[in-house]
Formats: sequence, structure tokens, C-alpha cells
Amino acid sequence: MNDIEIVKVARSENRLTSKDFLGGVVRDFVEFHGDRLFGEDRAIIAGIGRIEDIAVTVIGIEKGKNIEERIEHNFGSAMPEGYRKALRLMKQAEKFGRPVVCFVDTAGAYCGIDAEERGQGRAIAQCLAEMSDLETPILSIVIGEGGSGGALALSHADRIWMLEDAYFSVVSPESCANILWKSTEKADVAAAALGLTADKLYKLGLIDKVIRGVDMEKLTGEIAGQLRELLAVPAGELVMQRYRKFRKVGY
Amino acid sequence: MLTDKRSFIEMDRDMESRNILDFPGYDEKLVAAREKSRENEGVICGEATIGGSRVCIFAMDSNFMMGSMGAVVGEKITRLFEYATERHLPVVGVTVSGGARMQEGMVSLMQMSKISAAVKRHDREGNLYVVLLTNPTTGGVDASFAMLGDVTLSEPRARVGFAGPRVIEKTLNQKLPEGFQKAERVLECGFIDAIVPRQEQREYLDRILKLHGYGA
Repeated sequence: MNDIEIVKVARSENRLTSKDFLGGVVRDFVEFHGDRLFGEDRAIIAGIGRIEDIAVTVIGIEKGKNIEERIEHNFGSAMPEGYRKALRLMKQAEKFGRPVVCFVDTAGAYCGIDAEERGQGRAIAQCLAEMSDLETPILSIVIGEGGSGGALALSHADRIWMLEDAYFSVVSPESCANILWKSTEKADVAAAALGLTADKLYKLGLIDKVIRGVDMEKLTGEIAGQLRELLAVPAGELVMQRYRKFRKVGY
Repeated sequence: MLTDKRSFIEMDRDMESRNILDFPGYDEKLVAAREKSRENEGVICGEATIGGSRVCIFAMDSNFMMGSMGAVVGEKITRLFEYATERHLPVVGVTVSGGARMQEGMVSLMQMSKISAAVKRHDREGNLYVVLLTNPTTGGVDASFAMLGDVTLSEPRARVGFAGPRVIEKTLNQKLPEGFQKAERVLECGFIDAIVPRQEQREYLDRILKLHGYGA
């Protein structure tokens, strides 16, 4: 597959969503709702459960499987209250010493008048700032679309993994082509230039692992193993290592 | 100018962007931006005094590729916050930006993470960070360090928001209300402390700094 084909596959409707990963990886899942400030955003599913024997906080951006579900989950585009719910539960994870696992799959944070006026920018900024010194391990896995700031908000993690047919990008290839060359038809050129595939991002040192093929049992073991490794690091050291991980990007 | 006469000492002036992804047309854009702005990159950082108080200050430049944020912009602002944290200095940031710089791909997007982490460290040590939003402050800058100030000021009528207005219009297929994403409306929504016209900004900053115990 070339890069634009990977973007299309990452967007395809019959792909596994966060719910599938929750079902395949997490036992005894209990969902929690609401940001305690404004409302409940169904674009983000969050709660607690177990991965193997480790109690975890899980946060997933959900696109939905069919048209009813897609409407319910706003096609996986979160509102500010979605990010605030995620952050509330991450803070709770820190309190109870649970690691956080995020499943990222979004074309982008929701663009709308209500989202803007409730502070979409501020909500994303707070996720980035607060996750940067959260004293518990964070693992983020991009399972489909990693659409710009809305995906980045849940990716300020100790480890970032991506499925081999997922993408993570500063801008959609179509918008990029439209802005630079006034032609959405050059999206393939933009996709190739943006370096948005898992393999390219791994080579650039921006992500930590490429997952080839989805085998839920194998993935469960890999996530549990990774969490155990991170749980063994003292909290202060963990936060320091996370700071250094992002500190070196681009320099 | 916001700073006291002849007090500004620039830092990291010589840092220049490279075309890390070999992105088509980026080298030419960088050359044109350097000519247009007469600067090496889209942000100027340094140390100065305001009403006698020592501050670290950064000012983004809309003449350099619309104030877009690439690796150099991210690195310079991060270094400034680290410098300020080590010396317990306040930071004053003047923002203007269209967002992350597409031509640097994910490296540019992740500057949001990098700067936000540096702002958080500065914050945790009890240091003051004042943001002055100017027209326009949008995209990845709005969704990171522009929205992380202790005190958030704006110039009158500045556009402040995450998504571009045309993108929202296209998504919703409707006209946007009058004043949408303008500083006055964003203040009503609860995200700006005060709107301060240019001629009053220096005195305003001076007062805020002194109220936080700086410059004594």
C-alpha cells in the first residue's frame, strides 16, 4: 500500500474501532461518564478495567460501527467535554495508581461553533500540559486515524504505538493539498510528503512501536508487558523520561 | 514595544529551519519568509525588562509563514521556558499563528506537546506566564501554549480559536454568527481575562508583574 491508500484504509468503515479493542484487551470494563463541567461526550469512551491482572484506566475515541452508532459517537470527533472527561479520569488514574491506556482513532477534534465556544483549544492544551506530568504510566495506541490536535491530545504518552495501517498527521492530506496546491486531487502527493504512516513515524523516532496485524491475545500480552515495565519506574523518573521523550522532537 | 528601551537581549537568533521531510517547495518558502520578515524564523525570544521587572519574552511573527510553528519555533519557545524556570523568571508571550507548520509533518504537531510540557514545568515552580493573544491565534498554537497562561490578555478584535472559520462553515454548511472567534466573544465565553489595546499593554503588564511581586 502507498501512503494515501493507508490513509483510506485507516478511515474505512469496516475497521476495528476502540470498542473492539476494549472488548479484546480489557476485562471487567466499567464505563464512566461525564466531565463534571458541562456534559457527556459519547465520542470518547472511558472507564476502568483489567488488562491481564493490571487495573487500568482506558480511554478510547469511538467512531461507531453503523450509521446509528456513528451519529451517537459524533463520528469519533470529540467536543471539549470529551477531552475534559478523559483528563478527569486520567487524574483519577494517577490518584489510584492505575496506568492509562488510550486508543486513538479520530479524523480530528470536532469543528463547530459550540466546540469553539466551550474552548476546544483550551481543552486540548490542558490534556497536553497535564499529561506531561501525570505520575502514572500512559500508553497511547493509534488504531486508525490520528487526526491532528484532536488525536495528539490523547497521545502525550510514555509510549506511542501505531497499527501498521493507521496514520498520524498534522493535517489531512486533502486539506494540505488544497492549501498548498489548491487541489484536493494532489492528496496522494501530500500524503507521501507528510510522513504520516506508522513505518515513517517510527523511522523518524516519533513513535515507539508498529503493530503488524491485530491479534487481540498477543496485543493484550504486549500491552500488559509494557505497562509492567513502566510501572517499575519510579513516578518522578517516569515523568522525567516523558519530558525528555517530547523534549527531543525536532532537535 | 512592550519592553523597556534598550532592555531586550535576543536569544537563539541564529536558529534556522531545515526541510526535514524534504517536503516539496518548503526550501523556497523558507527563503521567501526570511526575506519578507527579515528574521530567521517565526518567533523572536529573549530577556528584557518591563517597568524594571526582568522577564523572558517571546513574540511570534505573522510575516514568517503566517507565524506557523515548526521545530525551530517549538525549540526556541521551549528553551525560553526552561531558561525562565531555572531563573524563576516570568514569561510574557505574544502569540500570532495559523497553527502547526504542515511542511514539517508530525515534528511540527508534536511541538505542541513539547512546549506544553515546558510551560507546565514553569507553572509548577510557581512562575507567572502571561499570554497576549494577537490576530490571529489559531490551530495548534491555540490548542497549546496560547491557552495555558495564568493571565490571558488579547488585543481588540483578534481572532482566537482552534478551527479555521472556513473549515467550520464548510463542516456545518452555515454562516457563522457575527463576532464569532473574536476576542470580545471569546472573553464572554470565559477564555480571556481582559482585552487590552496596544497603547495600554505595557502599563498593564507592568502592573500585573508588580502584583506578582516581580521587579521589587
